[in-house]
Amino acid sequence: MSGTPLFLDATDRALIKATQAGLPLETRPFTAIAEALGLPLQEILDRLERMRVAGAIRRIAAVPNHYALGYRANGMSVWDVEDEAIDRLGRKVGALPAVSHCYRRPRRPPDWPYNLFAMVHGRERAEVEAEVTKIRTLLGAAARAGEVLYSSRILKKTGLRLVD
Amino acid sequence: MHPLAADPINRRLLDEHQRGFPLAGRPFARIGAGLGLSEDEVLARFAALQAAGLIGRIGAVVAPHRAGWSTLAAMAVPAATLAAVAALVGSYPGVNHNYEREHALNLWFVATGRDRAEVQAVLAEIARRTGLEVLDLPLEEAFHIDLGFPLRWT
Repeated sequence: MSGTPLFLDATDRALIKATQAGLPLETRPFTAIAEALGLPLQEILDRLERMRVAGAIRRIAAVPNHYALGYRANGMSVWDVEDEAIDRLGRKVGALPAVSHCYRRPRRPPDWPYNLFAMVHGRERAEVEAEVTKIRTLLGAAARAGEVLYSSRILKKTGLRLVD
Repeated sequence: MHPLAADPINRRLLDEHQRGFPLAGRPFARIGAGLGLSEDEVLARFAALQAAGLIGRIGAVVAPHRAGWSTLAAMAVPAATLAAVAALVGSYPGVNHNYEREHALNLWFVATGRDRAEVQAVLAEIARRTGLEVLDLPLEEAFHIDLGFPLRWT
């Protein structure tokens, strides 16, 4: 998380909703959104830039479909890492190129003993496993246990969106 | 690999513009200027990548907990009812990602809403309607450097 906290007003939220559904593929996509919201183009661009700098919008991007691009294996590696070490080690794991997301989340004993999640992408399972070995080495003795959960089916995927 | 993904210019479109889509009146013209392509060709390439399913929308990726609340939820669902439970979970508009995973906890999804209470109410309702426990695993700290996922081509 970067930047300073930002209060999002109703216009910001409407703008996020308008853009996250997908920019129209036309020469002036932000003009189309500006017209739909009844705002000047420059205000749209300024608000998007402000939210991007403040971190409320991570990026505006073409969202690749990893599965269609050949990255068929996606493993959610999960680890029980000592509380004192997790921030330092989590940053190291998160910096690995094959790790797209790396989060600290609460343990829920006894069902769920893991507090570090690192999502690993690869073209095949062997590639994911090689990356998981790197993570295991990096965590060392600070990780008491770990495992990898492979996805067997994508049941719904639409990306993080605002709802209301 | 899909032939469109093997095209070197398409690779650059996919790699370089994950981070910084230009905030400009004519963004596709600006992308084209960097790649030596016309605005029309950039648009045509994005449209073809989208039609082939290689990219989804071009849109804003919002940061968690900045404009609402979200959590990762997990359930251990008996195989016989997995399809029905997955359909029920997916029917909530705030559920974005819904994955089957190979584990005793076999159904994983992201639930989003305006605030934490709204998300927790959805999880409680799913638990009540299915009779199954729903683990609530909200993000506490993000460690990755979010630059978009670098695609390796070779």
